[in-house]
Amino acid sequence: MATKTLAGKTIEVNDEGFLVNPDDWTEEMAPELAKEEGIDELTDQHWKIIRFIRQDFKEKGQIPTIRRIKNAGGVPIKDLYQLFPEGPVKKAAKIAGLGKPQGCV
Amino acid sequence: MKRLLILGGGTAGTMMANKLAPVLEDSEWQITLVDQEETHYYQPGFLFIPFGIYNRNDVIKPKRDFFPPNTEAIISPIEEIQAAENRVKLTNGKVLKYDLLIIATGSQIAPQETEGLTGEGWHKNIFDFYTLKGAESLRQFLKFWDGGKMVVNIVEMPIKCPVAPLEFVFLADWYFTEQGIRDKVEIELVTPLPGAFTKPIAAKFLGQFLEKKNIRLTTDFNAARVDGVNNKLYSWDEKAIDYDLLVTIPTNMGADVIGKSGLGDDLNFIPTDKHTLQSKAHENIFVIGDATDLPSSKAGSVAHFEAEILFENVLRYIEGRPLKSAFDGHANCFIESGFGKGILIDFNYDVEPLPGKFPLPGVGPFSLLQETRMNHWGKMTFRWVYWNLLLKGAELPIEAQMSMAGKKRQ
Ligand SMILES: Cc1cc2nc3c(=O)[nH]c(=O)nc-3n(C[C@H](O)[C@H](O)[C@H](O)COP(=O)(O)OP(=O)(O)OC[C@H]3O[C@@H](n4cnc5c(N)ncnc54)[C@H](O)[C@@H]3O)c2cc1C
Repeated sequence: MATKTLAGKTIEVNDEGFLVNPDDWTEEMAPELAKEEGIDELTDQHWKIIRFIRQDFKEKGQIPTIRRIKNAGGVPIKDLYQLFPEGPVKKAAKIAGLGKPQGCV
Repeated sequence: MKRLLILGGGTAGTMMANKLAPVLEDSEWQITLVDQEETHYYQPGFLFIPFGIYNRNDVIKPKRDFFPPNTEAIISPIEEIQAAENRVKLTNGKVLKYDLLIIATGSQIAPQETEGLTGEGWHKNIFDFYTLKGAESLRQFLKFWDGGKMVVNIVEMPIKCPVAPLEFVFLADWYFTEQGIRDKVEIELVTPLPGAFTKPIAAKFLGQFLEKKNIRLTTDFNAARVDGVNNKLYSWDEKAIDYDLLVTIPTNMGADVIGKSGLGDDLNFIPTDKHTLQSKAHENIFVIGDATDLPSSKAGSVAHFEAEILFENVLRYIEGRPLKSAFDGHANCFIESGFGKGILIDFNYDVEPLPGKFPLPGVGPFSLLQETRMNHWGKMTFRWVYWNLLLKGAELPIEAQMSMAGKKRQ
C-alpha cells in the first residue's frame, strides 16, 4: 500500500491517490488534495459540498451520487461541474478523503 | 388466511407468482398480484423494432395468460405502499393488507429529467427505443431517412440492459448497410462511461467492434440538456454535439410510487440486501428485478437468477429460518452484433466477463466474449425461452450462481 504526506501526516492511499481510511482525513488536508485535482483554491461553495458528502457518507455509509448531492445537498448539477470540473463526485470524494465512488454496472 | 402480495407483474413478478403458487398451501396463503397494465411487453424485443426485424405483435401478449390460476390478479395502478401499516393502496380505491410483500415494479425511462429532451424534437428527430411507442416511432422515421448524423446517447447510468445501446449501434450499422446508405450515415455513441461498457475487459473487446464498424465512440460525456431547435446535445461542462437524429437512452428510474411511498433512493430504486434480496428497511418486504438498487445489471436474465434465490428465501422467511445470502450478481447477456452474429457475456458482482465456452465448459454451444453465429441464434431463441419457460418460472439449464468452469482468465 502506498503512502502520502498530507498536512504533515503520513497516511495510506490507494494507487489512484484516494485515502484508504476516511478517518485519517482532516480539513487541513483538503487544499493539498484539491491542488492534485487542479483546483487551486477551495471556496465556501467547495466546502459546502465537501462537508455535505462527508456527513452523508457518515450517515449512509456510501458516497452520495450527483443526484443526491443535488436533491439532499441542494447544489445544482451545473454548479457541481463548475466547482469540480469533469468528474465532480470523484474529485469531491477524493478531496474529502473518501474512497473512489463505486463505478457502475 | 395470510396474504403474499406481489407488486408488478412484469418479468420478475410473474416469475415469482409462478414459482410460489404451486408450493404455498392454498388454505394458508392467498397470493395477490397487482399491475397497472393488461399487456405484457417483451422488452428485449424493442431493440429490433426500429429496424423492422420485429413488430408490435412479436413483443406483446396478455399478462393474464402468464399468471397461475390460483392467484388473484388485480389490474390497477398502485397508489401508495404504506409499509409501516403493512398495506398497499391502489388507485382504484382498494386497500390490500399483506403479511409478505414482494416489490417488482421495475424501472422506466424518465426523459423529463433532461432539459429540452421532450421538447421540440421529441419523436420527430429524437427517439427512445426503451418503450414500444418510442421504438415504433423510430421505425417510422428510419423507413424514410436518407442519412445524416445519428447520435446514440446514454444520459446517465444505471440503465436497464446496459448492452442495449451497443446492440442498437451494431444493428444500425447493419441496417444502413442493407439499405445501401451506410456511406451517408455517421454513427456516434456518446456515453458517460469511460469506455464502451462498464467492465474493462469487455469494454476493450466491444470497443474494437465499434472501431471495425466505423462507429465513433465519445466517452465521459455527461448529458445535461438538449437544444431541439438547433439539434445540439450539451454536456454539463458545455461540450456540444450536433445531431440530425438523436436516439436517447434517458435516465432510468424506479416507479414513481416507490418514491412517493418513501421507499426509494434518489432514483426511486429500493435499498436492498445484495445477497438475500430483502429490503433494508422492512424485513417483510423483498425486492426483485429492476426495482432494486443492487450493483448488478438490470436485465431479465438477472431477474431470473434472482428469482431462484428469492423463491428459496421467501420459503425460509415463512418458515422462520435464516435467509440464504446466495445472490452473487450473476448476469448473462447476449449482445447482437449485426450481420447475423452475436456475442455472449457472463459475469457477476466480482468477476467481469471472461472468454470461454457456455453453458457446457469446453463445449458450448455458445462462446463467451467472442462473436459467433450461434450466439446470434441464442439471442433470437431467447424470445421463445422468455415466453415459454422463463416467465413460467421453469428451471433453465444455467445455474443461478455464476460458474468459473469453462472460462479463461487473461
Ligand atoms: C430495449 C431493451 C432491451 C432489453 N434487452 C434485454 C436482453 O437482451 N436480455 C435481458 O435479460 N434483459 C433485457 N432487457 C431488460 C429486461 O426487459 C428487464 O430487466 C426486465 O423486464 C425486468 O423485469 P422487472 O420485473 O424487474 O420489470 P418489468 O418487467 O419492467 O415489470 C415491472 C412491472 O411493474 C408494473 N408497474 C410499475 N409501476 C406500477 C404502478 N405504480 N402500479 C402498478 N403497476 C406498476 C409495470 O406495469 C410492469 O408490468 C431489455 C430492456 C429493454 C428496455
